[in-house]
Amino acid sequence: MGEHADASLAERIGTGAGVLLSVLDLEKRYGPGCEACLELTGPQRSTNICPRCRSVIALRGVSFDLREGEILGIVGESGSGKSTLVQCIYFDQDVSHGEIRVNGQNGGCDVTGLPRSEKRRLRSRLMGMVYQNPMQGLRLDITSGANVAEKLLEADVFHFARIRERATGLLARTEIPAAFVDRLPRTLSGGMQQRIQIAKALANNPPLVLLDEVTSGLDVSVQARVLDLVRELQRELGMSMIVVSHDMGVIRLLADRTVVMKDGGIVEQGLTDQILEDPQHPYTQLLVHSTL
Amino acid sequence: MTLEELLPGSGGFRYNFAFLDEGAKREVRRALLKAVALPGHQVPFASPELPIARGWGTGGLQITMSLIGPNDVLKIIDQGCDGSVNAVNLRKLLVATTGVRTTFDSREATILQSRHRLPEIPLKPHQVAVLQVPLPEPLRLVEPSEIATRRMHAEGDYARMWVSLYEDVIQNGAISLTAGYPCRVNNTYIMSPSPLPRWDLPLLNGAEHLTLLGAGREKRVYAVPPCTSVQPLEFEDLPFTVESFAGMSCARCGSSGTFLDEIYDEKTGLSSRVCSDSGFCVLVREGAIQPRRPTHG
Repeated sequence: MGEHADASLAERIGTGAGVLLSVLDLEKRYGPGCEACLELTGPQRSTNICPRCRSVIALRGVSFDLREGEILGIVGESGSGKSTLVQCIYFDQDVSHGEIRVNGQNGGCDVTGLPRSEKRRLRSRLMGMVYQNPMQGLRLDITSGANVAEKLLEADVFHFARIRERATGLLARTEIPAAFVDRLPRTLSGGMQQRIQIAKALANNPPLVLLDEVTSGLDVSVQARVLDLVRELQRELGMSMIVVSHDMGVIRLLADRTVVMKDGGIVEQGLTDQILEDPQHPYTQLLVHSTL
Repeated sequence: MTLEELLPGSGGFRYNFAFLDEGAKREVRRALLKAVALPGHQVPFASPELPIARGWGTGGLQITMSLIGPNDVLKIIDQGCDGSVNAVNLRKLLVATTGVRTTFDSREATILQSRHRLPEIPLKPHQVAVLQVPLPEPLRLVEPSEIATRRMHAEGDYARMWVSLYEDVIQNGAISLTAGYPCRVNNTYIMSPSPLPRWDLPLLNGAEHLTLLGAGREKRVYAVPPCTSVQPLEFEDLPFTVESFAGMSCARCGSSGTFLDEIYDEKTGLSSRVCSDSGFCVLVREGAIQPRRPTHG
């Protein structure tokens, strides 16, 4: 009864789809930590290094919801914790404190405490990741097709013909010529490697795709094509996305909603247009004005 | 001073029964117990100095030495053959240090130590197969780091093993691995049954006997307990197959349903096929058992 009431409420107020991912009070610390860490770091203090114990507070009190089919932008300068945040969501890093809830998983409870094998299962079925550096997301010593196949094999798809069809189909969709499917990614250009990563991330048709600075290493014309591809695929498949970038242009092009981060904390969040047209926090104002 | 002078009954210094001291045997047995409890899981053990170079069957040798008793009947084969130089050397060492009876008939043996083959006649519950393993880690081909492969086993993270099979099919049209074909044991760990040919894997699956595998260089043992599933990795649409010897038969005993070796005659330039399992072949020729007709392959 309660769930139905909530759903109809959500429809009435026009939020559309349900929440796919909830991040609650996430904290990531590197170092021993002390009692004063949170007090002496953060956006207000303009540092994420605790002066007393020298721990790095990479994330602090980060909370947000991601709805189904939504693209959330995360923007901020280097060291603001953007990449750490998506790596925590993708289970590449363990969190120090806080919760991550994924709709329908683990009974809707926190998943950060699950065993690693469970996290891997969850990740291989529900998430795709595109890293800034293809070296991180691809294995350069196996063929492009095998890189995509790996994601399917992780999710226990063991039908060879189906794997092959999916891999070649996705690579074709991401504009990798058929002749390159059985080549090593090492021999391909940066833009192509990035598109192979996108194909790999989409292999299982995941409801959540994480994009970490996908265009940062590419030249401008290639950037535009990759961004177009991402946008098209999102419209076609309707998955949720978290797009991390330091580039306001990328955020403007892709994100429905945007979170602005600084020194590990969120300083402002809201609709992307709102953030860009009427930034409230001084740091956001600086960011918007320095790029426009 | 020769080995003979050092051996039991020669009056001088005497080696312990089965060469290894009792502490070393217990260490191997402890590892074996753990290995049997966790089918397919590789268990490290502390290994003493040995009279045979590592890589020459010392993994299997230490298992046999730690298990053998005076009443055991021993059969040692190499590539299926009782007469291979490695088998002969290991047999001589074990006989000299234990005095046990040996046999070429796999049905009589209580302990059967082997490299590369299991006997054609399935072993019985009272028999133990000891296999000498050169490369115990099936994931080594895809991951050089030992820390990483242990984590992968612990978490059942076998996608990269599958990727290597996928690439094999892409390059060769089929999975081209012959010996050491990766198998899933008890639906849990992936094991290298190295260096058994594919032919022998159906003999391991649900077998009545205990199989113990030992790697001397890596100092590890692992096991397939009786009645345990051993499933070769296969794609759903590309089923696992064993070697085919269709239309061939043994030139000596006439069997056509056995694993055949090719023998090349330099003088005549002709090649012929003979049973790899020499003990089986002899039994057929002596009339003790019927020649084999194709059952699989």
